[in-house]
Amino acid sequence: MAIIIDEDVCVSCGACVEICPTGALSMNEETGKSQVEEDDCITCGACVNDCPVEAISLPETNKKEVSNASGSGIWVVVELDEEKNPLGVSYELMGQARVLADKSGESCAAVIIAEEEGELPQSFIAAGADRVYLVTGEEYAHYNTELFTNAFCELVKVYKPGSVLFPATVNGRDFAPRVAARLKTGLCADCTSLDINEEGLVDWTRPALGGNILATILCEESRPQMGTIRPKVFRIPEADTSRKGEVVRYTVQNPIDALVKLLKCESIATDDGLKIEEAIVVFAGGRGMGSAENFHVLEDLASLFEKGAVAGSRAAVDEKWVDHASQVGQSGKTIAPTVYFACGISGAIQHTSGMKDSDVIIAINKDPKAPIFEMASYGIVGDVNVILPALYKKIKAFKEA
Amino acid sequence: MNIIVCVKQVPNTEKVKLDPVNHTLIRKGVENIMNPYDGEALETALILKDKYGAKVTVVSMGPPQAKDILKDAIALGADDAILLSDRVVAGSDTLATSFAISSLVKAAGEFDLVLCGRQAIDGDTAQVGPEVAEHLGIPHISSALKVDFVDDKFVVERETENLSETLSAPAPLLVTMTRAEKDLRFASIRGKMKARKAEIPVKTAEELDIDTSRVGIKGSPTKVKRVFTPEVGRVNSVIITEEDTEKAVDMFFDKLVAAEIIKH
Repeated sequence: MAIIIDEDVCVSCGACVEICPTGALSMNEETGKSQVEEDDCITCGACVNDCPVEAISLPETNKKEVSNASGSGIWVVVELDEEKNPLGVSYELMGQARVLADKSGESCAAVIIAEEEGELPQSFIAAGADRVYLVTGEEYAHYNTELFTNAFCELVKVYKPGSVLFPATVNGRDFAPRVAARLKTGLCADCTSLDINEEGLVDWTRPALGGNILATILCEESRPQMGTIRPKVFRIPEADTSRKGEVVRYTVQNPIDALVKLLKCESIATDDGLKIEEAIVVFAGGRGMGSAENFHVLEDLASLFEKGAVAGSRAAVDEKWVDHASQVGQSGKTIAPTVYFACGISGAIQHTSGMKDSDVIIAINKDPKAPIFEMASYGIVGDVNVILPALYKKIKAFKEA
Repeated sequence: MNIIVCVKQVPNTEKVKLDPVNHTLIRKGVENIMNPYDGEALETALILKDKYGAKVTVVSMGPPQAKDILKDAIALGADDAILLSDRVVAGSDTLATSFAISSLVKAAGEFDLVLCGRQAIDGDTAQVGPEVAEHLGIPHISSALKVDFVDDKFVVERETENLSETLSAPAPLLVTMTRAEKDLRFASIRGKMKARKAEIPVKTAEELDIDTSRVGIKGSPTKVKRVFTPEVGRVNSVIITEEDTEKAVDMFFDKLVAAEIIKH
């Protein structure tokens, strides 16, 4: 399936060739008109919008099968940590849901599936929720895909939300697709920006092709529209404890038994207990560090800063120089510390997608052409194993002075 | 034990570069590879095969040249392969793709375990595995690091941001892999010869009895509104290239102090 070009209308301006993100369009040498390589076209529509004479159109799509055609209200799925406290991203999404709801004229709600109610409902009302849907029971003490999906899909069928925001955490990205497939609706993964467009639909924007391009996705007909949203994209709203809201305590009508059972669960300890996503200054090492011994200087450096932590690229984790819990990038965590030192990290997109939103990026690498320098505010070209020990001495002396 | 491994052929996104002038993707010369996470799934299947004996069938959906990665899988030790290749599935989003793959899995025969990579490096959605499981009506476990089979049950280790979990589930089960216990093995000479001779069956949607209203653009609830290149926040970089280490570190240190990155 590819876009359709009306050659009679095409004015050979070449605008579509330039905008095409996949290189599927080119100018036919004989006719001078735009032509499309069908296998490369992803029908993204960028050229359709960009064509000055409306010569390009998307293929007709037939009427789609719609599961829950109507629905209103923006829901946020709350995720709790091991201590039963909401993850920061739950509040981030609540704040953004409030913004979107005000724009679209809808209400917004938090959905909490948990062992106990505690103070949870009020804290989400304070963060902007008009309503809190609550399902409680000891079977929800720990996330279980089957039980949570069963409970959540019942809620959707009864209360019919228009949109649902899930956190793009490991469990959020386990839960959301299961729900989407059961409801036969659309789901946009790992969004980094959300808006309400002129038609009142959610514009879900996400990085694609390793972060090389951004794509805005729509879910036009199926309801609810759903997406997972990356942590640390939106700010946690200030709590307004005077806000009032409704709490709906829901009892699951068709409970099920889960086939998947939890045998063991333990927290992944980091050496000093500070998680990299909570650190202010991060010293990250990559393949260029060379050995586990060489990694120690990163720990020394991190110890000089308040809330300093050591992280690693996938290469460093594969070499077991650092724990998987401290891995930054696509198959690890996304973090945005105040200062990020990338040491011996070339800056492949798989890594940079996990740290590019850091306030200040500092690169140390012996290859002056390493892509990491393109995003670094400060950098030094040289061998990390010479520079870092020298830098450590200087900072230590400075701090002690 | 019957294991089905779902694999995808992807462009090596690490090699995809941006044209600095018009910000389009340069895909020329970028090779197609087996999605690395699917390699982790394949290795996991082969470890189970080595340990307990299993028939490993690899399946893929994609253009005809996706046969290459299925041959690679056979060279590494997979027993059988099927490719679904049909224009009717082009333009599928994750819901439609997972529906098509669930039909493909069913067509591959009886199974105890379906293994997928956690995500594909071109789309990075991590949605297709769990959605396939839902279409098949079987449970799934995502982001796994190890799969074993103990007392008639699968025992799976997975990791979230901060927790390491061990779970058990009966067959049939679908698991998406972040990492296998070992790196993906190399092909043996015998494996390569077997792969060279292997005929990969290429099926159309009709041959697999796929409800075509649920695949392709028609079966996809989401659509791409627009694609654009992220604004490159050109930072004012201060990159020190001084060769004398001591001088370089001094200059670097002064810059960081001036920027208040290093404070007393």
